Amino acid sequence: MNLVLFLLQEVDYGPFAAIGAGLAAIGAGIAVGLVGGSTVESIARQPEMQGKLISTAIILIAFAEAVALFAIVLALII
Amino acid sequence: MTRNFYTLFLFIFCCSFTALAYSNNKIENSKEDDFDVNEVIMHHIKDSHDFHILDWNGHPVSVPLPVILWTNEGLVAFMSSEFHHDDSGATVVKRKKQAFVKFHEEIYYAGNDKEGKYIQLDSSNHPINDKPLDLSITKLVFSMFLSIIIIFIIFILSAKSYARSKKGEPSGLGKFTEPIIIYIKDEVALPLIGEEKHEKYLPFLLTIFFFIWINNLMGMIPFFPFSANLSGNIAFTGVLAFITFVITTLVSNKHYWKHIFWMPGIPVPMKLFMAPIEFLGIFIKPLSLMIRLFANISAGHIIVLSLISLIFIFKSIWVAPASLLFSVFISLIEVLVVAIQAYIFTMLSALYIGSAMEEQEH
Repeated sequence: MNLVLFLLQEVDYGPFAAIGAGLAAIGAGIAVGLVGGSTVESIARQPEMQGKLISTAIILIAFAEAVALFAIVLALII
Repeated sequence: MTRNFYTLFLFIFCCSFTALAYSNNKIENSKEDDFDVNEVIMHHIKDSHDFHILDWNGHPVSVPLPVILWTNEGLVAFMSSEFHHDDSGATVVKRKKQAFVKFHEEIYYAGNDKEGKYIQLDSSNHPINDKPLDLSITKLVFSMFLSIIIIFIIFILSAKSYARSKKGEPSGLGKFTEPIIIYIKDEVALPLIGEEKHEKYLPFLLTIFFFIWINNLMGMIPFFPFSANLSGNIAFTGVLAFITFVITTLVSNKHYWKHIFWMPGIPVPMKLFMAPIEFLGIFIKPLSLMIRLFANISAGHIIVLSLISLIFIFKSIWVAPASLLFSVFISLIEVLVVAIQAYIFTMLSALYIGSAMEEQEH
């Protein structure tokens, strides 16, 4: 119990928050890379679909990015 | 070639002005021994009761904004300059037999005078004084009013340009707004909401798109009437997301609710498992809209400010070119990001509204 209280109150979580945000950024980076890579590939195969593909890709990137942004917000709060 | 060179020069010149204006915020702090990046950045990110422009010889210069309070004795209004830039709860303003102090940009009733301290703190350094209801026109509210005026001017002028022309072709500002409106109509509203109903929701989508976009751009401009971090305020994005949530819930049809609580084509144990998740999804969708815009815009402001702050952290002029170029680079990306974020907010709103009233074909 004391350990839990100590962890809750005494430890400075600042650096850990930064590390956590960084880890989340890795995940989001991989996701954005995958989406972007396959979008470019599909545009190369079917250039006439470019408009639709790009707007779909932007939505997907927004979803992937949101996770990293949640991490940033958590890091800021802590 | 020469023209390109001039354009580039002008661009870098303007951007270095950006840096100047940003850094003006910090000269006061850099005089002290410890330059606190956190404090400077948070001061910029947060709302405040006066619009800080720069520090001149260690004295802050700011535009006062009205403080409007709903107190026990009724409505009270005065200018924030009566606090004389004090943010530590030491200067008292008296109105209607009540005394107010400002502490960390919050207005409190002044407590009993204990050696010039009007704010009582509890053990974790939070004030325990009572607060009046604060209806002030703060920096962000001021910025929002300004953006509303700008949006009105842009759209009234472009509407007039249609009335002027004989063939119904736009001229002037209309030439700038028409492609964007057509884009939102054809690429966002039409495919996501559907042929018949999209025109009904187009005014809402266009309003949030231009409101978010223009506010984002105003946040990118670093000098006085602009530069407030409005779309990086969670209350602002929260209200916009809440409007989307209300519209989504109001227009939803039975298929939408059926797909949430008893989705067809899935075994019953799985339905029991999925229903709570889908139910939470109703609220998580607008929440993620809120946090996405808030975090993106705040992060942009924080990055630019931290890059400029590097000069003051290292206390050397030789860091300046690097941090300046980086902040120019980030600012350029931000111009793109603010447009994309406005677009994504609009598009996801359209997606949620569209999916809530989708008719089933099977």
